[in-house]
Amino acid sequence: MLSPANDPAGVRGEPLVSLEDVGVLRNGRWLVRGVDFSVSRGEIVTLIGPNGSGKSTSAKAAIGVLKPDEGRVERKPGLKVGYVPQKLSIDWTLPLTVRRLMTLTGPLPERDMHAALEAAGIAHMLGAEVQHLSGGEFQRALMARAIARKPDLLVLDEPVQGVDFAGEIALYDLIKSIRNLSGCGILLISHDLHVVMAETDTVICLNGHVCCRGTPEAVSRSPEYVRLFGSRAAQTLAVYSHHHDHTHLPDGRVRHADGSVTDHCRPDDGHHAHAPHEHPHDHDHDHDHDHAHDAHAHDGQHAHDHAHEHAHSRSGEGRHA
Amino acid sequence: MLDDFFVRAILAGVGLALTTGPLGCFIIWRRMAYFGDTIAHSALLGVALSLLFEVNLTLAVFAVAALVSVLLLFLQKRQALSADALLGILSHATLAIGLVMVAFMSWVRIDLIAFLFGDILAVSTTDIALIWGGGLFVLAAIAWLWRPLLAATVNAELAEAEGLKPERARLFFMLLMAVVIAIAMKIVGIMLITSLLIIPAAAARRFSVTPEIMAVLASLIGAAAVVGGLFGSLTYDTPSGPSIVVAALILFILSLLPRRHRTVMQGQGS
Repeated sequence: MLSPANDPAGVRGEPLVSLEDVGVLRNGRWLVRGVDFSVSRGEIVTLIGPNGSGKSTSAKAAIGVLKPDEGRVERKPGLKVGYVPQKLSIDWTLPLTVRRLMTLTGPLPERDMHAALEAAGIAHMLGAEVQHLSGGEFQRALMARAIARKPDLLVLDEPVQGVDFAGEIALYDLIKSIRNLSGCGILLISHDLHVVMAETDTVICLNGHVCCRGTPEAVSRSPEYVRLFGSRAAQTLAVYSHHHDHTHLPDGRVRHADGSVTDHCRPDDGHHAHAPHEHPHDHDHDHDHDHAHDAHAHDGQHAHDHAHEHAHSRSGEGRHA
Repeated sequence: MLDDFFVRAILAGVGLALTTGPLGCFIIWRRMAYFGDTIAHSALLGVALSLLFEVNLTLAVFAVAALVSVLLLFLQKRQALSADALLGILSHATLAIGLVMVAFMSWVRIDLIAFLFGDILAVSTTDIALIWGGGLFVLAAIAWLWRPLLAATVNAELAEAEGLKPERARLFFMLLMAVVIAIAMKIVGIMLITSLLIIPAAAARRFSVTPEIMAVLASLIGAAAVVGGLFGSLTYDTPSGPSIVVAALILFILSLLPRRHRTVMQGQGS
């Protein structure tokens, strides 16, 4: 999925950050395990998944805020990260204007500061205290701060929370233009998929481990899929919200659909009804779409082995189509 | 001039207040008021140990305060108890152990009140040198740690992700607290140190638009409280340490009075 064929900028090289079989253990419980993905220059990777599925944990492991308890995280030496955390509350006793927020982690040329605030659409808020901003304005300010420092890797944890729908689209446009203009890699965490889809290079679905991954961009070229993603609601979600076939038990072990219990959640241990696979979005669309849909929707019974095989066999050539 | 006890007291007090200003800002931004109290209370254990082993008082107090800070950091990481409960346990346990140890040492007669509430009128020229030397060191260290400390105050993970070292900054900050408490004990005493950290910073909040301005204002307000409190104690013959705290409180209340309404600059947009 990192093949140059679906590289919009054409500058994608070695990964900025890559995770290999990463697991994070906290209080005897694996928050995530067996996570591997990478983000390259100019690439947008989106992590999705239900609450508690380890999206933020994986992102924090990627940028070194959390040390993985197993597996490896490799970052390009001297990697400059811009980070918008999921939760950020600033005590009102701390006097902080938007201007001061911009230089929080490092000095900044005045011109870059203004350009970033302009891009985020809050240039007029420069002198405002951050405690007086609305949720959406604050989110934009955080985004402006992260991009102003011209990072190699931008990590956005639920960047559109508290933003209304129009603002949401504007923010995703902003994310797209940041990628296109600066060529930085973007690791995006999101639970609302519909808008993200069009610009994301790789979607990684997490549920304690990598459930599946796909490249919605190649798919979006097909008129049927554009219609699907464009109509944004139920159908789009149906593509990515599959039934998880296993339950994470309170003690950190995992009960699988076949009733067996293992102490970790490896996708390739044979317990999972679906082996790790790419969502076959990027194959040729010369076959019946309803049929392919079954494969995406994961109807829970996983009675569509043949659809999977089909997808696998085609995905290789589909990427370069 | 330094012969006059009153001048010495003012010099010592102002030197301390200038130091506690920026430190106090971080204490309230990070909601560490109770932490400051705990470290201060542990100072009495330091006093007892210094008497027992006949070592330098300031050094012993610093050592115990630093030890308790590091212990707190460690225990908080273990997450066995809430930070609040841990602070409560350590705060009063160290104070009580200190008092018990002092009671056992029947061969020393010490003025407990002087340690609990300070005796700024008794500071020597050596004390002043220690306060100003230590204070300048603390201020220089705070300036050096300013960016990571401030960024970590907003969000530690953000600071970490963007290449600052919030954990290290936090540890240094706690050690600086221990230094300040060791040098402040003589002036306002164990029970009142935290007030000199918190009240001037709180009073500075409403007049500040940036963290830096607030830090400087907190220092100045603290210095004003020292001068006002000392003159008050001279005039009304009240204990000097508590008088300084009362003066700081008066400045804080004044800061709360409604001001002429000033529109916040938000540019043309709104």
